[in-house]
Order: sequence, then C-alpha cells, then structure tokens
Amino acid sequence: MLLGPALGVSAILFSIGVLGVLIRRNAIIIFMCVELMLNAVNLSFVALAQQLGTDGQVFVFFVMTVAAAEAAVGFAIIIAIYRHKETLDLQNLNLLRG
Amino acid sequence: MIWLAVLLPFLGFLVNGWLSFFRPDAKRAVSVIGVGVLVASFISALAGVVGLAGAVHDAPYIVHMWSWMPVGELQVDLAFQVDELSAVMLMVVTGVGALIHVFSVGYMREDRSYPRYFAYLNLFVFFMLVLILGANFPVLFIGWEGVGLCSYLLIGFWFDDEAKATAGKKAFIMNRIGDFGLLLAMFMIFRAVGSLDFLEVFDAAPAAFVTNGPEITLITLLLFLGCIGKSAQIPLYTWLPDAMAGPTPVSALIHAATMVTAGVYLIARTNILFAMAPVSGAVVALVGAVTALFAATIALKQWDIKKVLAYSTVSQLGFMFVAVGVGAYAAGIFHLVTHAFFKALLFLGAGSVIHVMHHAYHHTHSGEDAQDMRNMGGLRKFMPWTAAVMWVATLAIAGVPGLSGFFSKDQILAEAFARGQGAFLFYVIWALGAVAALLTAFYMTRLMLYTFHGPNRTGEAEAKQLHEAPWVMTGPLVVLAAGSALGGFLNLPHVLPGAGWLEHWLKPVTEGSVPYLSEAHLSAGLEWRLMGLATLIAAAGMIAAWYFLKPDRLGAAKAAPAEAGVQRVLLNNYYVDELYNTLIVRPTDWVSRKVLWRIIDMGAIDGAVVHGAAKVSRLLGWIGTRFQTGNLGTYVVLFVIGVLFVLSAVAG
Repeated sequence: MLLGPALGVSAILFSIGVLGVLIRRNAIIIFMCVELMLNAVNLSFVALAQQLGTDGQVFVFFVMTVAAAEAAVGFAIIIAIYRHKETLDLQNLNLLRG
Repeated sequence: MIWLAVLLPFLGFLVNGWLSFFRPDAKRAVSVIGVGVLVASFISALAGVVGLAGAVHDAPYIVHMWSWMPVGELQVDLAFQVDELSAVMLMVVTGVGALIHVFSVGYMREDRSYPRYFAYLNLFVFFMLVLILGANFPVLFIGWEGVGLCSYLLIGFWFDDEAKATAGKKAFIMNRIGDFGLLLAMFMIFRAVGSLDFLEVFDAAPAAFVTNGPEITLITLLLFLGCIGKSAQIPLYTWLPDAMAGPTPVSALIHAATMVTAGVYLIARTNILFAMAPVSGAVVALVGAVTALFAATIALKQWDIKKVLAYSTVSQLGFMFVAVGVGAYAAGIFHLVTHAFFKALLFLGAGSVIHVMHHAYHHTHSGEDAQDMRNMGGLRKFMPWTAAVMWVATLAIAGVPGLSGFFSKDQILAEAFARGQGAFLFYVIWALGAVAALLTAFYMTRLMLYTFHGPNRTGEAEAKQLHEAPWVMTGPLVVLAAGSALGGFLNLPHVLPGAGWLEHWLKPVTEGSVPYLSEAHLSAGLEWRLMGLATLIAAAGMIAAWYFLKPDRLGAAKAAPAEAGVQRVLLNNYYVDELYNTLIVRPTDWVSRKVLWRIIDMGAIDGAVVHGAAKVSRLLGWIGTRFQTGNLGTYVVLFVIGVLFVLSAVAG
C-alpha cells in the first residue's frame, strides 16, 4: 500500500521537528516543533497499523491525549514565563546554569 | 578443676570492674571478692595438682575448651595443658598471688581506686594462668600479652602522675620488642612443623630440625628475644626499675614473683628446642650471667628501697637464665620458685615500710621521699615483725646455707661449673655468677642496714607516727618467710639425702631434651667444695657490707651530698637510659616528627591521597557543571547526540 511514502513523510516531518527544536529560539515555535514530532510518530503508527493490526492506532490515541495535556500545561508555563520576563527567547532563560 | 582456677580470677575481674564503675566505695565487697577468688583459685589448683601427682599418666593432661582457629592446616584449640611444669607454676602464681592479694587489702585500703586495683590484679592472675596453662603457643601468647597489658595498667595505676603513666608506657613498648621475636619464632615453628601445639611441636622437633642447625638456632634466639623483653634482661631491662612506679604489691606480684619469670618458664617449656640449639643456650646463659652481674652492681648504689629490689630482681632473673641456658631446667625453675618466695617477701616488706613511712610523712605534711633509705634507719624498733621476716628473706637471697636461696643459687652455679669442662665459656659464666652472688649479699645487707638499723633519720615528729603495719599485711609476710626459709628443701643438692625432688618431679617435662645435652656431672667432693665456696661468698658479702657501711654516719636524703665518680655512674644505672634516649628514643622521635609526620603523613598521605581525592572529585564536579549552561538549546543538542548515539548502537 502506501507504507513506504507514509513512513518517508513521517521521517521528514520528524526531522523538521528536530531541526526546529535545535535551531529556533522562540519557545512557542519550539513547542510547535515538538508537536510536529509527535504527529510524525502518529503518522508512522497509523501507517504501520495498516499491516500489523490495530495496536498502533490505539497508541495514536494515547499520544494525542498526552499531547493535549502537554499543550495545556506547556502553554500555561509559557504564558507565565512571558508575564514574568516579557520575552520568549530561550537564550535569556538560563536560570539553571551551573 | 583446672578451668575453675582460671575462670575464678576472671569472674573476680568482671565483678570488681563493675563495682569500680558503679559502687566505688564498696571496699568490703571488693576485698572479699578480690581475695576470695584467688584463694578459691588456689584451692582448686591445689586439688588439680594433687590429682596430677596421684594419677599415673604417661602424657600431660590436655583440657580442650573449644576449637579456636581452625584454618586449613592451622588447628589451634583453646586448650590447657596440665603437667608437672605448669603445676609448679600454678602453685607459685595462685599461692603467692593469694598472699599478695591479702597484703593489698591493707596496703591499698585508703586508695580511692580500690576496686579498680583489685579488678586489674584479678585480671592479671587470669592472664598469668592462661600463660602457664596454655597447651599451644597462641594460647600462651594470649596470656603473654595479657599480663603485659595488666603490667601496663598497674604500673600506670596512679596515672594522674605523668612520670608513672610514662613508666607504664615504657614497660609496654619495650615488651613489644620482645613480643615481636616471640611471634616470629611462632611463625617459623609453624612453617617447620605445621603445628603450634606444644606436644606436637616437641614430638616432631627431633625430626623436623637439624641439631645445632641455623633454623633451630634462629627460632630459639627469637624465643629468647621474647624472654629478654618479658624478663627484663640486657638490653631490654630498663623498664623494670621504672615499673616500680606501680603500687608495691604489684611490684611484688608482677615484677618479681610471676610475670617477669614468664621468660624462664617459656625456655623451660620449650627446653627441647633450646637443647637442640646449644649456641642459643650459651647465648641465654651468657646474657643471664652478664645481666646478673650488671644489675647487681647498679643495685649497690640505689637509695630508693624499691629500686634496689628491682635491680636485684633483674639480677636474680639473670641467674635463672644461666640455669635454663646451660640446660639445667629444673634448677632454673627451682630458683624461680624460691625467688618468688623471698623476693615477694622483700617487696611486700618494703611495701610495709613504705606504707608506714608514707603515713608518717603524710601525717606531718612533709614532702620527703617515703621510699628513700636515707630517710629510714632504725625501723626495727618500730616494725619488729617486718624487720625479722625481711632478714629471713635477705639471708635467703644472700645465700646463707639452709635457706632456700642458698640451694637454688648454688645449684645454678654448680650446673654452670660442671659444664665448664666441655667449654671454657661456662667457667666464665660461673665466675660472673659467683661475683654477682657476692654483690647480692652485699647490697641486700646494705638495704637491711640502712632501713632497719642505725639511728632513725625519718625526723622527730614523724618518728612518733611509725608503727608496725596491720596484721593483714604482716600475716602474708610470715607465710612467705616460711616459704623463703624452707623452699630449699624442694630440691636439695645431690650430695644430701632426699635430693632433687623437684628435678625428679619435672623429669617428664625435661626428659625430651636429655639426649641433646652434654653430660654434666660433678664429683661429690667438688660439689661440697662449691657449696663451701658459695657459703664463703655469702658470708664475705654480708660481712663486707657490715664492715664498710656505717649507717650511723648517713644523713637524711635532703642533707645528703651528691655522689661523685663511680658511685654516681652506678646511681644513674650506668646512664643506660640516657644512652637509649640519645641513640634510639630521640632519633625515633625526630624521624617520627620530621619525616613520618611532616613529610609522609602531612605531605604524602594528607596531601596526595586525602586532599588529592578531594581535588579530583571537585574537578570532576566542575567539569559536570560546565554542561549545565541553563540554556535549553545545549540540552537539546546533547539530547539529540545521545539519541543518535543510542540509535547507532542499536542499529549497529
């Protein structure tokens, strides 16, 4: 079926996500990149579930639930940081330096 | 029964030790327990010895308690060996020990650490019994170390006086030198024989060692090193005079009658090993003879009554080593027994004198020395009993015929003389011993003259306070006086009827060494002549003292002029202590302080190892903090690198 192309798209999306996390500085963009990686994984789950049974699709629901919870907590933190620091540039958020 | 004799003093130690912490004023209970366990121990030991004497047996009784160190080939049991030799020692230790415990009740009555004193004394007797009853070298070694510990504790009994605490440490450290020799000897015996049990070692010795070979000679010399330390022979004798810092009954029990004779006991016990190494035997005899003479010369000029007796003890121990060195083991043990009687008596008598003198000076708040003979004089008027029994002991040690010391000392000299035909060295040893015997008679008479005769020099006010010691103190003296007078009948010379009882009794222990010893026989005429000479020597020494010394002209210690010339050298122990301090103590101190402490300890160990370890971990921590940039980007990069690394590892 479309397993090969589907896994390829998944890999591309995942790599974009990783690169985004690595390169970008804005907290929200990094957050979106993390979501991108999660969904890349979802895509590969779904694609593989076509061949190996429905276990993968069940996992997709788990991932979406976790992602939703993560988004709720994550955005709350980002808003709190912004109120405190008036910036979302991660270069300026280094209080944990050793 | 024998285990009871050993256990009782230990129980006494536990109870008295408990009392010393929680009921320090319960002196009556302490006296009853402290003395009671010793008397009970003596009775049960006596029962055991009577049983041994009555039973027909061809091997010593071994009392197995439990297996102590079963390690491969090494099988060490906690076992006691009851044979003729340990029976003799058992009687001396518990018998004389019990008398000295009784005496201590009077002597230590007013001491505030009374329970502690009896706890230590009981513990000492326990360890001494372990030493003499041990059926193998390790058990003997426990006792050996234990009596050393008790000696240390009791020398430094009044530890708030720094000089006394130091004397205790000196005794302990000098004994360590000897113990090192004993340990090495044990290791070598185990390597050669594969066992440490006395019976097995002595049975195997004739096959395991070459007679007069280097191995047996080295083993016996190392054993003798242990004896030198414990029994205060040249060159390790200087701790014994200092040990007089302890209470006087302690000097009597530990530093005269029992512990210091452990070296003689050890050689008598291992007689077959020493018989197989004639070179070591000659060394033992020579060291003994030189020590006997050397210490006797120092005793000539001491003013402290206990110091005279201390050097006398060193000298008499030298005689015992002459005996066991030439192979006359029974004669050595004989002198050990008679010496235990008369020297314990002399020390306890001196203890009475010091006790009374101390009281007198304490009464008038005088700071004078209660042990200095120059402060005594004429005490026989105040203390007739003490004077009388001390005269018995003095005549015995000087070698007046009929008393114990005459027979035992004469026997040693005769045995040495008899071997002179084989090797000229033994004539030299005999001559050294004879001169030492002459000096012994002299210095003991001097002690008696200055202490008990002539005018009293204590002081007007103090003299009114002088009186005889209480009965609890003089009673044991009378018993010991009987022993000093009659002890000689244990082993009469060959020419007299009923001769050699002790020698015959010890035969089962010493017969193994007989084939290795050269035949030594004196004709009856020569033996009579030697006895006559010994009498002459004793008489000459005593008469010379009587003739030359004038107690009438002696002044009290504070008015005494400083000694000069030879006298000063003798008074100061030939400056041997100073020599040791310069040659050994101070260089050791310097090396410890400058090299071991400053360079090795502070530099290498503290600097490189301790601080080094701290520095390395601090450096690692600092490297770790460099990763904590607080910057999310860094963490992500590291994270991704990690993931890639894991993936490549999984894929590869």
